[in-house]
Amino acid sequence: MSATLKQPFGAAFFDRHRCASHRAKLTTLIALVPALTLFAAFWLLPFSRLLLMGAEADRSSGVSAYLTLLTHRQYLISLATTVTLSLAVSVAAVAIAGFAGFFLARHRFAGQSLLVAILTFPLAFPGVVVGFLVIMLGGRQGALAQTSLWLFGERWVFAYSLFGLFIGYLYFSIPRVITTVMAACDNLDQSLEEAARSLGASHWRVMRDVIIPGIAPALLSTGAICFATSMGAFGTAFTLGTRLPILPLNIYGEFTNYANFAMAAALSVVLGLITWAALALARKLASNALGASV
Amino acid sequence: MSQSSSITLTQCSRTFAGGHVALKPLDLHVEAGETLVLLGPSGCGKTTTLRIISGLERPDPGGRVHFGERDVTALPIEKRDVGMVFQNYALFPNMNVADNITYGLRIQKLSRAEIDRRLAEVLEMVDLKGYAERSIAALSGGQKQRVALARAIAVRPRVLLFDEPLAALDAKLRDRLRLEIGALLRELGITAVYVTHDQDEAMALGDRIAVMQAGRIAQLGTPREIYHQPANAFVADFIGAVNRLEVQTQAADGTFCVPGGTLRAPHLAKAATLYCRPEDIQVVPIEKAQLKGRIIESVFLGQAQQLAVDTGNDTTLSVRVSSRREWPAGSEIGLMIPEQALFQPTAPGARAHG
Amino acid sequence: MSQRLRFSLQLGFTLLVCLFMIVPIAMSVMAGLTENYFQGLQSGLTLRWVSEVWALYSDTIWLSIKLAMACLVITTLIGVPAAYGLLRSRHRIAHAIEELLLLPVAVPGLATALALLLVYGSYREFRASWLFILIGHVLFTLPFMVRAVHSVMHTARLPLLEEAASSLGASPWQRFFGVVVPNCASGILAGALMVVTLSIGEFNITWMLHTPLTKTLPVGLADSYASMRLEVGSAYTLVFLLMIVPLLVMIQWAGKLTGPRR
Ligand SMILES: Nc1ncnc2c1ncn2[C@@H]1O[C@H](COP(=O)(O)OP(=O)(O)O)[C@@H](O)[C@H]1O
Ligand SMILES: [Mg+2]
Repeated sequence: MSATLKQPFGAAFFDRHRCASHRAKLTTLIALVPALTLFAAFWLLPFSRLLLMGAEADRSSGVSAYLTLLTHRQYLISLATTVTLSLAVSVAAVAIAGFAGFFLARHRFAGQSLLVAILTFPLAFPGVVVGFLVIMLGGRQGALAQTSLWLFGERWVFAYSLFGLFIGYLYFSIPRVITTVMAACDNLDQSLEEAARSLGASHWRVMRDVIIPGIAPALLSTGAICFATSMGAFGTAFTLGTRLPILPLNIYGEFTNYANFAMAAALSVVLGLITWAALALARKLASNALGASV
Repeated sequence: MSQSSSITLTQCSRTFAGGHVALKPLDLHVEAGETLVLLGPSGCGKTTTLRIISGLERPDPGGRVHFGERDVTALPIEKRDVGMVFQNYALFPNMNVADNITYGLRIQKLSRAEIDRRLAEVLEMVDLKGYAERSIAALSGGQKQRVALARAIAVRPRVLLFDEPLAALDAKLRDRLRLEIGALLRELGITAVYVTHDQDEAMALGDRIAVMQAGRIAQLGTPREIYHQPANAFVADFIGAVNRLEVQTQAADGTFCVPGGTLRAPHLAKAATLYCRPEDIQVVPIEKAQLKGRIIESVFLGQAQQLAVDTGNDTTLSVRVSSRREWPAGSEIGLMIPEQALFQPTAPGARAHG
Repeated sequence: MSQRLRFSLQLGFTLLVCLFMIVPIAMSVMAGLTENYFQGLQSGLTLRWVSEVWALYSDTIWLSIKLAMACLVITTLIGVPAAYGLLRSRHRIAHAIEELLLLPVAVPGLATALALLLVYGSYREFRASWLFILIGHVLFTLPFMVRAVHSVMHTARLPLLEEAASSLGASPWQRFFGVVVPNCASGILAGALMVVTLSIGEFNITWMLHTPLTKTLPVGLADSYASMRLEVGSAYTLVFLLMIVPLLVMIQWAGKLTGPRR
């Protein structure tokens, strides 16, 4: 009896199942359509235009902007300066904030959470505000200028130089590194450190053999985010408002001052490629890393 | 090569931030070469005690820790010469098996030849020959714990500390590794403190067991003493199953009137409650029985049959009998308890020490 | 002993970093509240600059709030279903879609803005309206909403709950509003706070897309830094901080609410 019943029942079940999975697929698709439509219409299409635009003739040289970019000293210097500056900022931020973040993650003391708050809440400051804060530190009326005037009778000003940019980028990078490093330390298995110590490892040895390898992916990932953020940081550079050889300022200049759209597009595409690659690397290293431009 | 040393805790208490007392002032002595098991329910302070011994945790002011004659209270863990084995293995994921095991030896700056010799020796001991170059991720849980054990003994520590090393393993593997650890500890003759909440593990491994309850030692003794002469109701309950019989009246000749009949136990003083283990209760024909009752539940366990016998007055006895026979629920049953199987806690109420 | 010394050294270093972060903010707040920054505190405290900022720039504040709210509505309406769709898609497809949606964040805002201008800049009315900026903000903040909601859906084992609901006879529609949405409320909250904060602070895209009639708060800030006296810029920054700090506190609090505690 069971043999005769089994067949039709099984088939009916299978049919219903297939129908249900069909409907499930449709639901999934419907849920995704609005986001994908928006993305395609307002980002994918425009960015493809931008890609093509970069291949058009540059205003001054008359050849493709991509080619011009690769053959002109001025642009190559900008590219090198931006990359070097961003790398320097990333390394400095990871070293400084990595150290402070590790300290804060591993000690509980009165006022500790206040320090954490001070170090992390500038995370959401836009680049323009950070630029202004650099002026507060190193501008003509800044903290340094006032101190040096009082001590040595002259104003020391750094805000409007590459060093000013370095300080500004450091400012918005530190909170990113602190949050990542503290989370990574919390996730680090404490018994690994205890095991190393039980085997006689000194403080520095534990640091070198256990902690740094343990949080290395987080450090690299946050470093990559700092790099990408610094590469694309427009607001800070714009506020410090100079003719510094920095890609975002170049793009802005080509677009507004010279109406050199092809060059602006080509520079944007190159910059976008670099920041995208850096962030993709960051996500590969630590899956929850997002990063947002300043 | 360091010698095994005894461990002495004197008035060690531990109060955590917020005033939570994890450990009340505690005295404990572990003989050189002995294996002491700290046994107790979760949160009773076993790990805290172990961490005070290891140096990861300091006792509150006034507490002292001695290894042999030497006061090590102020020494941090890295100077104490202890080997530790953790529940979650705590193997360095960035090093392979050999590098994990030789980590302590490299810190001691031993010669290459000596390191290789010791590596081979401990790999042999934990039965992992041929695994030296494996990465940690490629090991099973049992193998990981063997590597952790090898790493801890490779440095030839003065004492070996275990914090629930088998808790993360499945039952079969746990039994096997337990036997191996027992054999290894005997072979090495090293002082060991072993934390667990599993009574079988405690019985199998401990030369002595300290049963802990809410931050203090409820009883300290050999496994046999702990099982057969528990110091209080908590210990009796925690170690194995136990039956309680409320005494209704007691005669001068050592006869106790309890629900369902009378029992003889002249060796016991005045007692309000008598205790006995389920496996010590015997089934006898009704007419010869000391206690009479009715089976209210009968569960086949394979190696035995577990009966719940109602002897009246809200008293239910748990009895273990052979599973060869059927024991239908609802039937009347006669029981007998040999005098020596009846006991009462040696120290009613709490006592720090046995 | 050496342990105490090490602690002190590390604490000292950390305090220095804190000083670096807090000193410019404190100076800016001071400057926004003193009569004359060059003379210092003895010139007296005043709210004059703040009220001047209000007179000059209050419309930028309102526009920023309007943009943030509109952005929040759109990202919620689009982002929650998208997260749901990702959850139900095959892993590789979901991954690819997520990567795509992240592109507007991964690529500098300048590039996104240029691209938008190239294609849609010629539609005069669209170009001149605040909706043009809104598009940029939605592109930029959507991934954060999707991410937050998706991760909560993931940890809530939503597919399992849904199977349970459908075994009890719930239709897809009933499941979405009865099971999915309530169970990812904390994710929506976290995402919403993120979206609002990012939208209010967005500058790179907005600067390229704005017109003299559609200035947002950060655009106004840049404007004041370039053309106003220091006290006005500082007072304006102070206003911005007053808006953004409560949001940040709420993000912290929401993170504690939803964060997986081990
Ligand atoms: N670092 C700590 N801070 C505060 N309380 C703790 C800490 N470590 C342990 N405790 C508390 O002390 C008690 C004993 O803990 P523990 O020794 O780990 O117990 P066991 O190992 O027996 O399970 C528990 O109530 C635990 O919550
Ligand atoms: Mg424990």
